[in-house]
Amino acid sequence: MRGKSRRAGRALKAFAGVLLSVIVVASGARAADDAGPNGDWPMAGHDYANTRFSPLDEINAANVGKLSLAFTFSTGVLRGHEAAPIVADHTMFVVTPFPNVVYALDLTQPGAPIKWKFSPYPSSSAQGEACCDVVNRGAAYANGSLYFNTLDNQTISLDAKTGKENWRVQLGDFARGETMTMAPLVADDKVFVGNSGGEYGVRGFLQALDAKSGKALWRAYSTGPDADVLIGPTFKPFYAQDQGKNLGVSSWPGEAWKIGGGTVWGFVSYDPAQNTLYYGTGNPGPWNPAQRPGDNKWTSGVFARDAGTGEARWYYQMSPHDLHDYDGINESILVDVAVNGQTHPALVHPDRNGYVYVIDRTNGQVLSATPFVPITTSMGVDMKSGRIQWNPDKQPEPGKTVRDICPASPGGKDWQPSAYSPRTHLVYIPHQNLCQDAMTSQVSYIAGTPYVGADLKIKVGPGGKRGLFTAWDPAAAKAAWKIEEDFPVWSGALATAGDLVFYGTMDGWFKAVDAKSGKALWRFKTGSGIVGQPVAYRGPDGKEYVAVLSGVGGWAGGIVAGDLDARDASAGGGFVNAMSDLPQKTAKGGMLYVFALP
Amino acid sequence: MNVRAACCVVAAIVSLAACQREKRDFEAPTKAVTPPPVRLSEIQPGAISTKTSLEGKYEDNAFALSEGKRLFGWYNCTGCHAHGGGDKGPALMDRVWIYGSEPAQIYATIVEGRPNGMPSFGGHIPDNEVWELVAYVRSLSGLASGMASPNRSDTMHVKAPESNVEAQQPVTAAPSGASERP
Ligand code: HEC
Repeated sequence: MRGKSRRAGRALKAFAGVLLSVIVVASGARAADDAGPNGDWPMAGHDYANTRFSPLDEINAANVGKLSLAFTFSTGVLRGHEAAPIVADHTMFVVTPFPNVVYALDLTQPGAPIKWKFSPYPSSSAQGEACCDVVNRGAAYANGSLYFNTLDNQTISLDAKTGKENWRVQLGDFARGETMTMAPLVADDKVFVGNSGGEYGVRGFLQALDAKSGKALWRAYSTGPDADVLIGPTFKPFYAQDQGKNLGVSSWPGEAWKIGGGTVWGFVSYDPAQNTLYYGTGNPGPWNPAQRPGDNKWTSGVFARDAGTGEARWYYQMSPHDLHDYDGINESILVDVAVNGQTHPALVHPDRNGYVYVIDRTNGQVLSATPFVPITTSMGVDMKSGRIQWNPDKQPEPGKTVRDICPASPGGKDWQPSAYSPRTHLVYIPHQNLCQDAMTSQVSYIAGTPYVGADLKIKVGPGGKRGLFTAWDPAAAKAAWKIEEDFPVWSGALATAGDLVFYGTMDGWFKAVDAKSGKALWRFKTGSGIVGQPVAYRGPDGKEYVAVLSGVGGWAGGIVAGDLDARDASAGGGFVNAMSDLPQKTAKGGMLYVFALP
Repeated sequence: MNVRAACCVVAAIVSLAACQREKRDFEAPTKAVTPPPVRLSEIQPGAISTKTSLEGKYEDNAFALSEGKRLFGWYNCTGCHAHGGGDKGPALMDRVWIYGSEPAQIYATIVEGRPNGMPSFGGHIPDNEVWELVAYVRSLSGLASGMASPNRSDTMHVKAPESNVEAQQPVTAAPSGASERP
């Protein structure tokens, strides 16, 4: 019963967006919980529903103009800083990119000095196995412990007070191309983590660990026989395309599923009322689709799973037989959405393939799928079959150059997470406007080396601006407003109850805009390009703070972080072709910036 | 007139070195080639050269260089270095070298691997192919013979051909991600 009442409490909080007045009443009787609205930022997505909405409202449109620097902290690392700073227990926790050092900063002291530092010493060889820079997307705090992943596939639990190691487990093998870059989700006394390496022929999985001991509880693979994918009698996919026995084997040629990708490197969402996890699976490998005829289950889709047993409840494949590296790993934000006058418990998922999906999260039915960027690779999503209608003109063929593929492989939006404000009912999507020319070729599988078979030349999309920040109305299925940016917006978004939205740009500006109109209100130039996830928290002094890591890198920033040579258009996965001017606009360097009103 | 003779007639007009250009070794060396000592430091007590006798054999030879180019894709070097501009691994078409630009140093890089993520291909790639790769890697920054370097690509055009690259004066530098080693 204990579990049940706790779950009910969490359920209310996860729906904070929709039931704000209810939640204040309901949670008053309860102590601060993992996803509490008490001003902390305990996990990358702020809460289980992945809203990235802070209930703090001290900083608002009227006073944000005065927002100023409170303190800074150098991470000493020069690669892409994609993490969210985590705040709990009057402490801020920062995980750096490789070598994945964890710093705890004491927020009760002036200038937030180092409370402790933890060096996990990941293998330096793992650096060659990370497709898109040696990033880390942050830690998670729960019940006095801090959890994070290392690039060389370790999940580590630390005592959040002292930085002492509680446990560590090894979950993958970098020598075969596996790495870990995602931020763990801790819920239901379990830690949920997944692997990266979709460009190295790895086999994707989501792993559940016991939060106290690190003991492995279950692992659900994204390819292979039903038994490995944890597909059983409770699996009820909505569409015929996702129904059948052992599709994780039969939708691949031969044993290709063993090296077929479907990695789980995005954010995991959790609905405590249903005890259900939601997460996306990565692209199938290799990119060259000619080597893997079939739908390539269960890659480039969304899974709903029982958090206790791992059993799949439903699955929906956004990109069957993915042709363009359209990973399905983008976040699913759990909110209630009114579609045609009827309110559905839904998930909102802006996908790489260019559509924002609103899906009924109880059964996997697509309620709407609407383009949010120019699309040439498909003609739409058929609402009857749920199937995307690929455009045969953009189908890659080995040795043939296919031009004007939109969106490009990083998609209409990549990993950079959106925010949702329950006050405006808008989803704030940081993203890019890119197309590409591509040529695929036969590639041989050599363990530990990339398994891709494609050359890309990524370029700016229609309109001439590489970046967009879009406020999307999921109920109306259209944009409320858009802001154009010169570079792809590779940072996360933050929404606050002060009706502000924050994001960063790759040339180093940290910006606040009006959540309702998109009007620019405030900006600050940080030392390097921003690809991190901004957060807001209440300090021990009761004030609201906004924090972000600066430090350019990631796939989009590889030209700076990795000193890539733009004379080769295909360098950095083809991204340097679109970013050749970035080195004139910013330089490397990881630094935390924290702001408050004076 | 046979092909080799034709080559030499043309080559004689252009330059003597070009004679090597179209020479093909149909028999791969049967014995493993022992590389000379490989140095990671520029500081050497006394003057000792890292040059090898193999340089000309591969670097002035168009067949070896084009084979090197093919193998660069075949062994998935492209996956980590793109077509020289770099990706997970550093750019190889620029003048910056972490572990040295001399053939013996590049040979060692490929065979032994390097600590920040360069796999050790020793045992996976036959020795003569490693030398072809060495020659091709050097051609990316114009260090192989311009006469013999590949001058067209069979794939989508992503960069200027190797034969068009101006020789770049090599410099040594720390790895690009150089950061605190905790
Ligand atoms: C899994 C990714 C990966 C693959 C595959 C790979 N490399 Fe590398 N390579 C790297 C990384 C990472 C480095 C930098 C290592 C370091 O700094 O310690 C590197 C370094 C090098 C260097 C040294 C550059 C310098 O500045 O000194 C050369 C030369 C090189 N690689 C050639 C090759 C060749 C040839 C192949 C194919 C046979 C290959 N690489 C395959 C990742 C890779």
